[in-house]
Amino acid sequence: MCLGIPGEVIEILADRTDLARVDVSGVKRAINIGLLSEETVEPGDWVLIHVGFALSKIDEQEAKAAMEFLESIGKAYEDEIAALRNSEIL
Amino acid sequence: MRYVDEFRDADKARALSATIASLCEPGREYKFMEVCGGHTHTIYKHGLEDYLPENITLIHGPGCPVCVIPMGRIDDSIHIARQPNVLMTSFGDMMRVPGSGGNFFDSNAEGTNIRMVYSPLDSLKVARQNPDMHVVFMAIGFETTAPSTAMTLLRAEREGIDNFSVFCNHITIIPAIKAILDSPDLRLDGFIGPGHVSTVIGCHPYEFIARDYGKPIVVAGFEPLDILQSIYMLMLQLKENRSEVENQYSRVVPWNGNPTALRVIAETMELRPYFEWRGLGFISHSALRLRERYARFDAELKFAVPGVRVADPKACQCGEVLKGVLKPWECKVFGTACTPETPIGTCMVSPEGACAAYYNFGRFTRTRVREASLS
Amino acid sequence: MSAPPSHREQQVLDRIERVRKRRAKVKEERITLSHGSGGKATQTLIEAIFLDAFRNPLLEPLDDAATFTVDGARLALTTDSYVVSPLFFPGGNIGDLAVNGTVNDLAVSGARPLYLTAGFILEEGFPVADLSRIVDSMRAAADAAGVVIATGDTKVVQRGKADGCYINTAGVGVRQDSRDLGMNTVRPGDAVLVSGPIGEHGVTVMLARGELDIEADLVSDTAPVHGLVADLLAATPGVRAMRDATRGGVATILNEVARAADVAVVVDEAAVPVGTEVRGASELLGIDPLYVACEGRIVAIVDGAEADAALAVMRAHPLGREAAIIGRVRPDPPGLVLLNTVFGGTRICDLLVGDPLPRIC
Repeated sequence: MCLGIPGEVIEILADRTDLARVDVSGVKRAINIGLLSEETVEPGDWVLIHVGFALSKIDEQEAKAAMEFLESIGKAYEDEIAALRNSEIL
Repeated sequence: MRYVDEFRDADKARALSATIASLCEPGREYKFMEVCGGHTHTIYKHGLEDYLPENITLIHGPGCPVCVIPMGRIDDSIHIARQPNVLMTSFGDMMRVPGSGGNFFDSNAEGTNIRMVYSPLDSLKVARQNPDMHVVFMAIGFETTAPSTAMTLLRAEREGIDNFSVFCNHITIIPAIKAILDSPDLRLDGFIGPGHVSTVIGCHPYEFIARDYGKPIVVAGFEPLDILQSIYMLMLQLKENRSEVENQYSRVVPWNGNPTALRVIAETMELRPYFEWRGLGFISHSALRLRERYARFDAELKFAVPGVRVADPKACQCGEVLKGVLKPWECKVFGTACTPETPIGTCMVSPEGACAAYYNFGRFTRTRVREASLS
Repeated sequence: MSAPPSHREQQVLDRIERVRKRRAKVKEERITLSHGSGGKATQTLIEAIFLDAFRNPLLEPLDDAATFTVDGARLALTTDSYVVSPLFFPGGNIGDLAVNGTVNDLAVSGARPLYLTAGFILEEGFPVADLSRIVDSMRAAADAAGVVIATGDTKVVQRGKADGCYINTAGVGVRQDSRDLGMNTVRPGDAVLVSGPIGEHGVTVMLARGELDIEADLVSDTAPVHGLVADLLAATPGVRAMRDATRGGVATILNEVARAADVAVVVDEAAVPVGTEVRGASELLGIDPLYVACEGRIVAIVDGAEADAALAVMRAHPLGREAAIIGRVRPDPPGLVLLNTVFGGTRICDLLVGDPLPRIC
């Protein structure tokens, strides 16, 4: 029920601008983007899809920031492990 | 899959896990509640508890809209489905929830026509395709799903579809969280906040949790790394003596939510004075019903549902599990009388229910399984 | 890491295991769609009603085919019914599904498929042209598999029943291999292989129903795998058992293995081949490809020492190009299927009760 999946907008339907065809890992479906009427939605945008509706546009900057944070933690962890490995306590 | 796979990286998980462990004060126990059923599902599906130190416990909350539907509302749905020429449409998760006389599948075996749909718009399509039937959509879900029902109602109104109605069981998340906070049985250190509900309501509504109850809350995404990062952020708040609302799921959740979604809900629905939640009892202003303007789409009015309050079976302890007071395996009937095949309560039926998640995924997720997987 | 189960929790877990081993009983008064899904409800129905009434040594293993010897000839006998909706879908139709499915059940029992029956239940009003298309496909499929449809039956029922066309088949084959294949030969250390990407048939049929408005370039994987099986048997002495992964998917088969052989099956999620579109459609629908039907894939349990050789043989065959070793058999915990997730955690992969995708086969 919480199920929301990210999908890429392929095209906005010409005759129904509240509908967009999205691609989820090669599978395409028409979804309703009427809830995003206060934003511009264009092909190439990514949206969160829930029961046939787009609930929100995925913010690429924020996604990038999230990844950078995770990578930094990863790096810090690796550094620590490396430091531990390199320092031997006799 | 983009925006999914990157958040399932095992190496980053180990790094996060180590960082979380380093923030633990020795000898201190930490209890965080994940409110959302979707989070419970992810935690068990990916074996996330293996990544947490022993002194952090995750308590499963009541944020599973299927789990909190009282049996009486299932009976009401079946009552509607039994009316002549009614075709009922429902999300798949609801099909096996037991009412007092069986679930939707059982009801179909006795002659009703209750069909699974993926979207409320599919119900509208069914209505257009079956002009001599009356199509009812059994609407459930938190504020995540209510906008979709609302948009469907607006479309039905615009197109003048007259063989369609909605049986509205939408509920709101804040009263449930408040009920948890006011519950004397629980001592929680913080919340892993609902993800997709927040895309609609935003993060402001949670401010009372930090301000009035002094508990940190981090709005979290649904991939394993999202949940681990959220736990990290909670631990950091505790360490730094902060209690704030933070948004880990910022790539999807806008701080101010979705104004269009909130507007269409407000246009078509209003709060009920009170509503029964399975296991939590009656909570005021916690559920939605159709506004008078949309009365002709209101299945509850059209079909005069019995509205009988059905008490949970005596053996059922779903209430305590939903509040996080009991772990699934602590329920007296868990795994014996109540199994996924023969569920007594909703926690075992819903794919997001804590009991179903534990039974299906988490059982044995400890020493024996780790031994088996490593050998 | 997380704490070992407390004494109390372990008591509960033990209690659950005892309950799971209890004799099956059907609690419902009426058949529901869950009983046809291939999961727990189906199993319970089979054990409590059919096995209970018909009990005999041939039926008890509940394998894909019954195997027996008549006057020295080692035979295999199987039956299947096909109620797929829609009747025509990308990659095939109910007809070739029926032929291939029956051929495959015989093949995984170690038999060379020889003769099939074909019984038709037709709905009043069903277009004859559609019936011809179906039957032509069956002829082509039978020729490709080297089998003969030797006898059949036709019934017609009133409009509103039989959803167009239902087909029942039976098949008989001869087992030339001297080995005794079966779940009882499976032992710890064995490797689990699958012959190709999973879930293609189920998702294709689901999308072909047109109710979901999902477009994908997916085609059913229906195919006769007797050639692949023959190659595998010829080259690999250590084949223990094979199964045709249909309704209920690979996860259901693995649970059957774990239960029948009283072992644990540990699967490496990353190793399971899943096509991108099947994955996308499954995420969209909230279903797990491990439980989605295939119609041209086998699961083979082989001696661990011969796993790589078996894989090479499968991959050399056109229908096994993407075969993979997906897991191992372990002694403990018995009766369970465990999944080592992509993420690095471990979880149980239990039987489903119902089926997210009804009427797939």
